[in-house]
Amino acid sequence: MVIAKNRGGDSILIEVRFHGRGGQGAVTAADILAVAGFKEGYYTLSFPTFGAEKRGTPVASFLRISDKPIVARDEVYNPDYVVVMDPSLLDVVDVLAGIKKNGMLIANYPKGSEDLKKRFKVEEIEIHAINATKMAMEILGRAITNTAMVGALVGATNIVSIKSVIETIKEWFGDEKIAERNIKLVEEAYRYMREVCKWEK
Amino acid sequence: MRKVVRGFYAIAYAVKLSKPNVICAYPITPQTEIVENLAEMYANGELENCEYITAESEFGAASVVLGASATGARTFTATSSQGLLLMTEVLYNAAGMRLPIVLAIANRAVSAPLSIWNDHQDSISVRDAGIIQIYVENNQEAHDMIPFAFKVAENKNVLLPFMVCVDGFKLTHAYEAVDLLNQEDVDNFLPPYNPVVSLRIDKPVAMGCYAPPPTYMEFRVALEYAMERAKKVIEDESKEWYEITGRDWGAHIKAEYCEDAEVAVIAMGSIVGMIRDVVEEMRKEGMKVGLLKIRTYRPFPAEEIRKALTNVNKVIVIERSLSIGSEPPVTLDVKSALFGHSSQEIHSVVLGLGGRDVPRTQIIKIIKEVYEGKVKPGKRYEGLKEFEEVIP
Repeated sequence: MVIAKNRGGDSILIEVRFHGRGGQGAVTAADILAVAGFKEGYYTLSFPTFGAEKRGTPVASFLRISDKPIVARDEVYNPDYVVVMDPSLLDVVDVLAGIKKNGMLIANYPKGSEDLKKRFKVEEIEIHAINATKMAMEILGRAITNTAMVGALVGATNIVSIKSVIETIKEWFGDEKIAERNIKLVEEAYRYMREVCKWEK
Repeated sequence: MRKVVRGFYAIAYAVKLSKPNVICAYPITPQTEIVENLAEMYANGELENCEYITAESEFGAASVVLGASATGARTFTATSSQGLLLMTEVLYNAAGMRLPIVLAIANRAVSAPLSIWNDHQDSISVRDAGIIQIYVENNQEAHDMIPFAFKVAENKNVLLPFMVCVDGFKLTHAYEAVDLLNQEDVDNFLPPYNPVVSLRIDKPVAMGCYAPPPTYMEFRVALEYAMERAKKVIEDESKEWYEITGRDWGAHIKAEYCEDAEVAVIAMGSIVGMIRDVVEEMRKEGMKVGLLKIRTYRPFPAEEIRKALTNVNKVIVIERSLSIGSEPPVTLDVKSALFGHSSQEIHSVVLGLGGRDVPRTQIIKIIKEVYEGKVKPGKRYEGLKEFEEVIP
């Protein structure tokens, strides 16, 4: 793993919070990264929280990646990274709550990074937008944005390698065609975010 | 083989390795995917000599495993919350009939109000049934405790149902690395079930039948004796488990840093890991704090707790359930264990009911307040919002 930032003293601990709506795969996004991180020799933990088990309601899922066994099972209150799957959540959920200084927000947001930055007006938080819904519609034919957002997060942070993510997705989806399309989507979102980060730096 | 898996799978896979003959369940969140995984294994032909039965309710599921267990089958079921309450009538029978059924309880709050989230009210509510209860802190322990449960439950000195209590969502829905057992190790540890008596056409017996006043009491007291004997069996099997797997979970309790602790925290379930982490951090800062993890809530390890707390002055009992109208359940047992032996300050802290998250900061606050003598002993609620009751 190429850890972008190490904020946790003598050991690495990266905490990520995903916001989505039931059915968009926020839980799966965290799970895929937990498996991918494990493949690289790290301890990982992912788990969800939802209001009710219904499609469309706001859900959150959490991911911890560390070089030491993970014992904390409380929700992630001070994330390094926040990933937002659905632009409509920005109106109803305080997605930046507790985010660490120099943390990063990556949102599925069609109006672009500049617009998103204006919306939040926060300093010391890196903010990136990606039109994941459009990418998912083009590649999957469905507005399920989780794999795109996984690609975007990895592109922006190198939290795990894209290779491990692709390997994980191959194993994850039983149907080969679905796996292939999701890999294509992950790669596209990954490439896009790498470019964006390059420009913005 | 170390693998990142969901809690459900870790449990289901361990059930498979334990070679059950009958699995029967009714779905309920957050348990459902345990039996879904088993149903899939069954459909794929991975469960030999096993019947997977879908019941119409938890009452039905418990009844099916009771009947199957009485015929000498190794049986498994899983449930949560209202499902466990609906099973309760049958489970008292299963214990009284001395049937070693193993249950995985994905711990969830009970209604009303409706909550799918985690606390310990469901399994605590059946504490008096004559069922062994073990609470686990992570999915490795959940995985390990399944074959362990069969081994202890089926021991002829025990013959009691065994509940492996796993925090719903916090563990069942969590992906984490688990060292999955292999069939050979489980086979070496867990021999096939060899019942003392079973329902057979060629040798008919009656089970769970009518006991009038001259005999009833002895059956019930015999249950108590069996639970007492289970203590030794759990100790022995824990040692064997350690020898086979190298994982030392302790037997009834796991006491850490208690020898010279001013304050010790008692807790059960998935919250234990975080408390241990906080305790270790406080130790580095020079605070004399300890952790006492209760694994077996039934049989209750009174003697072990007494011993572990010998030098401790203040005890914090973390409670994830209530006994409405009295003190919280674990506190009652801890107080009774200490009564007449020592006089520690007991702080009974109720938190995290119905899945309310317990942040690390809350645990730090609770311990510090007690350590610095800022709070009086007794029962209190942590993370409770101020609210006004409407009394019409």
